[in-house]
Amino acid sequence: MADKIFIKGNEAVARGALAAGCKCFFGYPITPQNDIPEFMSQAIVDAGGEFVQAESEVAAANMLLGAGATGVRSMTSSSSPGISLKQEAISYMAGSGIPAVVVNMNRGGPGLGDIGPAQGDYYQSTRGGGHGDYRLLVYAPATGQEAYDLTVKAFDMAFKYRNPVLILGDAILGQMKEPIDPWQPEIPGDEEGADWRLDGALNREKRLIKSLFLEEGALAGQNQYLQAKYESMQGEIEYETFETEDAELIVCAYGSIGRIAKTAVRKLRKAGHKVGLFRPITLYPFPAAPLLEMAKAGKRFLTVEHNLGQMVDDVRLSIRTVADSEFFAIYPGNLPTPDEFEEPILKCLEGK
Amino acid sequence: MSNMNEKLVFDRPESVIDRPTHYCPGCHHGVAHRLVGELLDEMQLREKALLIGSIGCSVFLYNYLNVDAVEAPHGRAPAVATGAKRARSDKFVFTYQGDGDLASIGMAEIIHAANRGERIAVVFVNNTVYGMTGGQMAPTTLVGQKTTTCPGGRCREREGMPIKMTEIISQLGGVAFAARGSLDSVKNIRTAKKYLRKAFECQTNNLGFGFVELLSACPTNWKMTPVKANERIGEEMIPYFPLGVYKDLTEEGGAC
Repeated sequence: MADKIFIKGNEAVARGALAAGCKCFFGYPITPQNDIPEFMSQAIVDAGGEFVQAESEVAAANMLLGAGATGVRSMTSSSSPGISLKQEAISYMAGSGIPAVVVNMNRGGPGLGDIGPAQGDYYQSTRGGGHGDYRLLVYAPATGQEAYDLTVKAFDMAFKYRNPVLILGDAILGQMKEPIDPWQPEIPGDEEGADWRLDGALNREKRLIKSLFLEEGALAGQNQYLQAKYESMQGEIEYETFETEDAELIVCAYGSIGRIAKTAVRKLRKAGHKVGLFRPITLYPFPAAPLLEMAKAGKRFLTVEHNLGQMVDDVRLSIRTVADSEFFAIYPGNLPTPDEFEEPILKCLEGK
Repeated sequence: MSNMNEKLVFDRPESVIDRPTHYCPGCHHGVAHRLVGELLDEMQLREKALLIGSIGCSVFLYNYLNVDAVEAPHGRAPAVATGAKRARSDKFVFTYQGDGDLASIGMAEIIHAANRGERIAVVFVNNTVYGMTGGQMAPTTLVGQKTTTCPGGRCREREGMPIKMTEIISQLGGVAFAARGSLDSVKNIRTAKKYLRKAFECQTNNLGFGFVELLSACPTNWKMTPVKANERIGEEMIPYFPLGVYKDLTEEGGAC
């Protein structure tokens, strides 16, 4: 096992990508994720890959589309406004069946916002983000190690499903330094994607990767294929539960906020309060079933987010037949601390 | 029977699929497709070619050329091509774009791919309108030319002058070859093919970015007969968009 290294979450994502065999990185500067393209500009080249600082996030996302179409493991990263720019290309990749990894270090919004952490991109991340009925597999790491591990997994998933996969972090995760174990996964060989990728029509029929389906019934068929894909993605659900077994109140939170909430829950437990934490790790597919089970067991819910209420919709949808969820907002632009979670949790525990 | 003393001297290139196209009478896409197909055959590129398709009347090019292809969003083909070529530098990557796609929404992508000297070839078909969407004004629409979004004719004060892409591209450092040809006569078609070959050689000889603009007709949206439309190229377009080679570093070792 390798020694641990003390690095930012941004660098953990980049190292995870390289460990997973990422061969092409296309990026653009935007705070708070600049460490990713900066690290990649040397590291991926040293590893024999390609780095392009594109002319825009739009161009970078389209470069990702082109590289992905050839079946090569590739990645782009950005932050909120830049991710908005990438939506057209992401929709095309989802509609065309192109594997790709996209990293969003969420910052404050809307518009130019700020350069601090926020979770205002949850809707964008989990509802496709661009036009049309598609979904991305979305991972929400809460620690630097998770950032590394889930980035490794993201590449496997992108190729397993021939779909873009999104890593949703934030400025806290990106900029915080932690010890990381940079373990080396097994990487597939040159045969990955050999049955569909574009590599020249030599000794075979030509291949076409597209998302335009004009013939009668064809687009409906393509959408059915995509829906079936998303159904099968349900098997990739991941979540963490902490002190939930005998909890009366479940705090639902993801990413950095989930990590901070865990500290608050730990402290409140020490004081004898029966609270627990439910932390989705995949935001799509959303871990609805375990939430519903807890709702049926009579537990109550408080969703805490660094936005004005987005994941709370999915919590409510999950438990709608038996329960509801309260919501507490940390406003984008404000930095969260565990202390400020305690009052809303206690208030909720005492029950309206 | 007929095959005893006959020699086959002209046939469809292997790279061109035996299929009727959807193009209008007098449209030059058919000619441009064929030139590309002939070169893919002659230079033995078909089996390692990756076509980056674009958005416009030629969006169905992938149905007419027998090569691997991916559909790019409007204007983004040079970026998609950059990604494909960086991922598989052993393949022959080319784009085929119209004037709305390349010179309007795609302006940033073409300039930067050219400036970086990406080893790709760009075939730019300029017919001074948005054809597929019904004849709207394009960046290359001539002053006074009537289109559905400038029904009184393009007005210099309001819409600016038409953009001369080959001139602009030829100024960029990564470009090894940039030329403008035309498809309105046999002579011009022959010259255009020579230009395309040079642009393709920029990639096969690792010299830099290759770019060829092809002046073409759109009889339907110009509201002209195919013959009159063809004449318009020589009478109105060539005087404003002069033919010729604007940059050629292929004999000097390339761009970068």
